[in-house]
Amino acid sequence: MKSFFLFVILLSLWLLMSGHYSFLIISLGVISCVFCVYLANRANLIDDEGLPLFFLPRLINYLLWLFKEIFNSNIGTAKAIITGNINPEIFIVKSSQNTDVAKVTYANSITLTPGTVTTQINEDKFEVHALNSDFGNDVRSNVMDKKVKWLEGDI
Amino acid sequence: MEFMKDIITGIFFFIGSMSIIIGACGLIKLPDVFSRIHAAGMIDTGGTAFFLLGMIVQSGWSLITVKLILIGVFIFFTSPVTSHVTANLARQKKIIPIGKKIGKLL
Amino acid sequence: MYLAALIACGISGILILIRIILGKTTFDRVLAINTLGTIIVIGIALHGFYTGRPEFLDIAIVYALINFIGTVAVLKLFSAGSLGDVKK
Repeated sequence: MKSFFLFVILLSLWLLMSGHYSFLIISLGVISCVFCVYLANRANLIDDEGLPLFFLPRLINYLLWLFKEIFNSNIGTAKAIITGNINPEIFIVKSSQNTDVAKVTYANSITLTPGTVTTQINEDKFEVHALNSDFGNDVRSNVMDKKVKWLEGDI
Repeated sequence: MEFMKDIITGIFFFIGSMSIIIGACGLIKLPDVFSRIHAAGMIDTGGTAFFLLGMIVQSGWSLITVKLILIGVFIFFTSPVTSHVTANLARQKKIIPIGKKIGKLL
Repeated sequence: MYLAALIACGISGILILIRIILGKTTFDRVLAINTLGTIIVIGIALHGFYTGRPEFLDIAIVYALINFIGTVAVLKLFSAGSLGDVKK
């Protein structure tokens, strides 16, 4: 099941990147995709961590929310740089997710929004550096934590 | 129609240019490594997103659009990883961040 | 339009080069080089559109990937002292 999904993703990537649709090129693509899936199976890479399919149904909604958040904090960071309102702080937040993939998603989402960076991770404690206290309060209010918990679903 | 496309592309390019120039100024102006990562993140997300959006508007529906989206996806996935690795290593090499520390740190 | 965007990329590239020269620690320099790489990726794509040859986008994709691998490799070399699991 998961191998088939990986094969479809790899083959669509091949078709989109090449742009030549003759028989020889497509058959070469199919052969190399099958070889890649075989190698991934042999290395035990195909599991919930390598291919988190349980994210898929809610991913679009989460990504739209994340883009809106990135846009807002871009404006905030630009304002902070121009006006010189810089007051860095560093603190600990707790994450409530169960799986490792969801924790990585949460940490990457924190880092991706400008103004906050995850510096260290230990089990379910994240050490976060924020540019000023507005960004810090955003992270401490745990809105993103609940969003990622919702994205993870009930596992 | 072409004129409208050009106007929209121009607006996106203007926002992107402002974003990367403010980010580069922040990279010079901010006081320590951890603060500079925020400015770098601004260039990585805001700048690339708006430039790629402008080029997508210009190219219409074709394979070029797919390649532009792929560039966006790659940068979108790799930028937080490099930021986190840099910050993590700087913390492990005992560089003290400027500013206040709330609570007990790791 | 493309020319103006390319000039903006050039200006911010020069500002980042100043940070690479001034940078106190290694992390400042590595961070600035990674950001310069991102701007070069945008610049390659813009140059392709400017000259009307969008084939440059393939080079931009490859440059984005190599930029990531290179940054992580330099940081790993700096932290561990070697790039692999070579036993001394």
